[in-house]
Amino acid sequence: MSTPLIDTVDAVETVDAPARRRGARSPSLIVGSVLLLVIVALAVVSLVWTPYPLDHTDPAARLAGPSAPHWAGTDRLGRDQFTQLMLGARTAVWIGLSSVAVAFVIGVPLGLLAAAAGRFVENAVIGVIDIVIAFPTLLLAMLLVTVYGASTAVAISAIGIGVSAEVARLTRISASRVFTQDYVLAARTCGTGPLMILVRHVLPNIWHTLLVQATLAFGVAVIAEASLSYLGLGTPPPAPSWGRMLQEAQSTVAVAPWNVLLPGLAVAVAVIGVNLLGDGLREVLDPQLRTRRRATGR
Amino acid sequence: MTVLETTGLSIALDREPLVRDVSFALDTRDRVGLIGESGSGKSLTALALLGLLPAGMRASGRIVIDGRDYLGAPDRQWRRVRGRTVSIVFQEPLTALDPLMPVGRQIAGPLRLHQGLNRSDAERRAIEWCERVHLPDPARLVRALPHEISGGQRQRVALAMALACRPRVLIADEPTTALDVTVQAQILALLDELIEETGVALLFISHDLPVVAGLARHLLVMRDGRLVESGPVDDVLRRPRSDYARQLVTSAARVTRLARPAGGGEDR
Repeated sequence: MSTPLIDTVDAVETVDAPARRRGARSPSLIVGSVLLLVIVALAVVSLVWTPYPLDHTDPAARLAGPSAPHWAGTDRLGRDQFTQLMLGARTAVWIGLSSVAVAFVIGVPLGLLAAAAGRFVENAVIGVIDIVIAFPTLLLAMLLVTVYGASTAVAISAIGIGVSAEVARLTRISASRVFTQDYVLAARTCGTGPLMILVRHVLPNIWHTLLVQATLAFGVAVIAEASLSYLGLGTPPPAPSWGRMLQEAQSTVAVAPWNVLLPGLAVAVAVIGVNLLGDGLREVLDPQLRTRRRATGR
Repeated sequence: MTVLETTGLSIALDREPLVRDVSFALDTRDRVGLIGESGSGKSLTALALLGLLPAGMRASGRIVIDGRDYLGAPDRQWRRVRGRTVSIVFQEPLTALDPLMPVGRQIAGPLRLHQGLNRSDAERRAIEWCERVHLPDPARLVRALPHEISGGQRQRVALAMALACRPRVLIADEPTTALDVTVQAQILALLDELIEETGVALLFISHDLPVVAGLARHLLVMRDGRLVESGPVDDVLRRPRSDYARQLVTSAARVTRLARPAGGGEDR
C-alpha cells in the first residue's frame, strides 16, 4: 500500500473505465469458499433439520460405525454423531462470527485511535496490545470461566478479547501507513478534518486488509472454541461442540476412531477453508496486486 | 491588497533553527517565485503557511492571512483557511491523490467541505473544473482512479482540486519537477492561464530558476533557511546582489547555453 503504483505511471496513459476488477480468479478463493460453504451449510441446515433430535439415543447401536441410519456413527451413549457434527458446526460458526465481531468492535477503533492520536496515546495503546497478545487466550478464558462460569458468552468474550489485540495491531499499522501518505497531507491542505480523513481516506485504504484479517481471525476463533470446549471451558453441555465431541470420544478412540476423526476433520476443514478464503480474498482485493494485474493486462 | 503576509517567520526542530526570519507579503494577483536548493527550507515555509508543520517543529513570527494572525491558531481555525483561502499543489501528483478514490470525488471533496454542496452539485462543479484545466472527456474522467490517468493529467486534477474553492493564494511546491519536460511546459502554461483567470496570488516554489523566472514577477531567493535576496525577477536576474543568487543565475545561464547548442534547435 505504500508508494503505490509507481511502475504503472507510464504504462497506463488513458482511462480504461470498464474496470475488469476480478481479472484472474484465485484458486484458493474457490477451494476455500467451497470448504467453508460445506461447514456453513451444515450449520444452516441444522437450524431446520437434523437426522435425529440431539438427545435421541439408540442403546442398541452404541459406538456403531458409519452406516445408513447413522451417517457418522454413534457415540458411547448411542447418540447420532452426524447430528452432533451439524449442531457443532452451528456452534463453531456462531462463536466464530461473534468473537470476530467482538474483536473488531474493540480492535478497530483502538487501532485507529492509536494511529490518529499523538505519540503518548499511541505508545499507551501499543503497550496494552502487547500485553494482551502476550497473554494466552486460553488463560484468559480460564480466568473468565472461573469468575463467571462456563457459558457461550464467556467463550465469545474471551476469544474476542484475545483476537482483538491482533486486530488492533494490524489496524494501527495499516492506518499509520495511510496517515503518512501524501494524499492525507493533501486532504489536510484542503481543510479536511481528522474524522473525515479517517472515513474518506483511511478506512477505504485499509478495509481489505481488515477483511482478510477477519477471515484469519475466524479460523483462530474456531480453533480456540474447540480447545475451550475440549477443556470444558467453552459452550456448556448439552449444546454440542466439536471440541467436546473430541473430548468425549477420547476414551473410546481404540474402539471408535471415527468419533475422533470426524470432529477433528470438521475443525480442520473449517480452519483450512477460512484460511484459503483469506488468501484468495487478499489476492482479489489488494489494490496494489489488482492494479498491477490490470496494468499488465492480465 | 495583501492576502497573505508573513513576518519574521522562523521554524525550529528541537531548538535547531531550520528557517530563520523569513518575511514577505502576497497581494492579490501577485506572482512570487521562491527559489532555493533542496533543504533550504522552501517546502517547510510552504507547510507553515498552511499550519501543517510536521510534528515536533515549531514556528514563530507572524502569519497573517486576510488580516488575522494564524500562527498559533488551533487546527479548527486553520481548517477553515486551508483549501478556501490558501491552497497548495504538491510536487508528486501520483502520491498526492488517494489511489482508491475517483478523481472527481477528490476534486469535489473541498467543494462539499467549504461550500456545503451536495454530492451531485459538487460532482457537476468537479466536471466543470476538469474542463477548465483542459482534461479530456471530463464526464468520463471524473470516474477514473488516479493510476488510470497520466502524470500530467494527475497534476491537472491536483490543480483543479486546489483551485476548486477559489482560494486567494495558491502555493505551488515544485509542481512540475516530477513531470517530463513537455508536460512541464503544458502545466506551466495552464498555471499561467488559471492564475490570470482567477486572480489568485501565486507562490511558486522551485529549485529551477528558468521555470520560476518564466512564471513569477517577484523573486525570493532562499538559502540555509534565510531569504538572501528579494526583488523583481528582472532585477534579480540582471543584477543579483547576493553571492548565492549570482551563482544561481550564472549556472542557470550555463545550463541553458548547453541545452541549446548554436541556434537552439534542440530545446526539448
